[in-house]
Amino acid sequence: MGDSMNQGSVNLKVPQKGYKLLKTKSWMVFKEGVWHNNPIFGMMLGLCSTLAVTNLVSNALVMSAAVTLVLVVNSAIISSLRNLIPERVRMIAYMLIISSLVITVDLILKIVLPEASKALGPYVALIITNCILMGRAEAYAINNSVGLSVADALGVGLGYTFSLTLISIFRELIGFGSILGFTLLPDELPRIALFTIPPGAFFALGTFILIINMIRNRGSKS
Amino acid sequence: MNPLLLLFASVITSNIALTYFLGMCPFVTISKKINVAAGMGIAVTMVMTLTASANWLIQTIILVPLGLEYLQFLVFIVTIATIVQILEIVIDRYFPILYLSFGIFLPLITVNCAILGISLFMVLRSYGFIETVLYSFGSGVGWLLAIITMGGLRRNLVFSKPLSNFGAPGITAIIAGIMALGFIGFTGVAGL
Repeated sequence: MGDSMNQGSVNLKVPQKGYKLLKTKSWMVFKEGVWHNNPIFGMMLGLCSTLAVTNLVSNALVMSAAVTLVLVVNSAIISSLRNLIPERVRMIAYMLIISSLVITVDLILKIVLPEASKALGPYVALIITNCILMGRAEAYAINNSVGLSVADALGVGLGYTFSLTLISIFRELIGFGSILGFTLLPDELPRIALFTIPPGAFFALGTFILIINMIRNRGSKS
Repeated sequence: MNPLLLLFASVITSNIALTYFLGMCPFVTISKKINVAAGMGIAVTMVMTLTASANWLIQTIILVPLGLEYLQFLVFIVTIATIVQILEIVIDRYFPILYLSFGIFLPLITVNCAILGISLFMVLRSYGFIETVLYSFGSGVGWLLAIITMGGLRRNLVFSKPLSNFGAPGITAIIAGIMALGFIGFTGVAGL
């Protein structure tokens, strides 16, 4: 990666306080989660919800918030219990913790944002089987301290939010000509309705994977 | 709804993989070879029909009368895990040949979102028992059809050389999009 190579010179320029923050291990873990371990474009996890809720930016934002919240709390709980969970039953333990968290988030959504909860339908409940959560619990939280696990979960959550927002802005702008319900494109411009229906979700995801891979590979060559 | 139409809609026009995006992770990762894809698809169909029926019974007999609907997600996922475990033991013990062909996929299925998704859709759409059985079986067959088709198409990718930057997941998404267009084309016949 380009920025990791000239990191030394970049870090010298930032002020003392920021310098410390950018050097800490938590920050590195966080940054890794956002870009390198990006759940959608890097690890290809949690694709169901990505494709399903990106038709509108508002849906994508609510879903991202729900996933990030569950991810952070789940990582915190699992890493603080990591010495107590017996290895043989750890999967069931993850499952029970995640299910309870998702039930809570679903109830909160139903009360606070009833419309968004209706629009998301079963996809909030499907956070339970979202591989990102199991993945981070098994790959990171079970072996690391609470602080680092929370940093990792925040990073991955932000990476998820970033990917979903990007795809949903593209789909809503081209499909409906609006973002968050506000019309941005003039009425004369035709809307491409393809991007509002399921096949469009696949095309949008494929295109973004192509673009992100191009940016990544250019960075590694230079 | 006419049972035949329900079956047709769940296999083709409301295909869970291509229109509801359920079970996407295995759909992208396991569709490289047709025989492996078929094994996974058969396992999914079987588990889906069994778990949706079991969850319907649990929902109507236990959860609703006791007012415990908010525990739905937790109960459903526990049921699914239990049934998968039992199925694995039974198939390993009595049908060793079947076990060799798709038994290895059974543990993966617990966290397949299509399985839980079907149980949730059945509650959302308030299906009766017969409808639940038909819908879950049809959805399983639909998923099997989609993943086998994807396996066949991906096998021919070596001849068409897509842009290398797509990577396997990117080109799979594009192919799935084209397949979804084909499946949705039948919406006029029956839709859910």
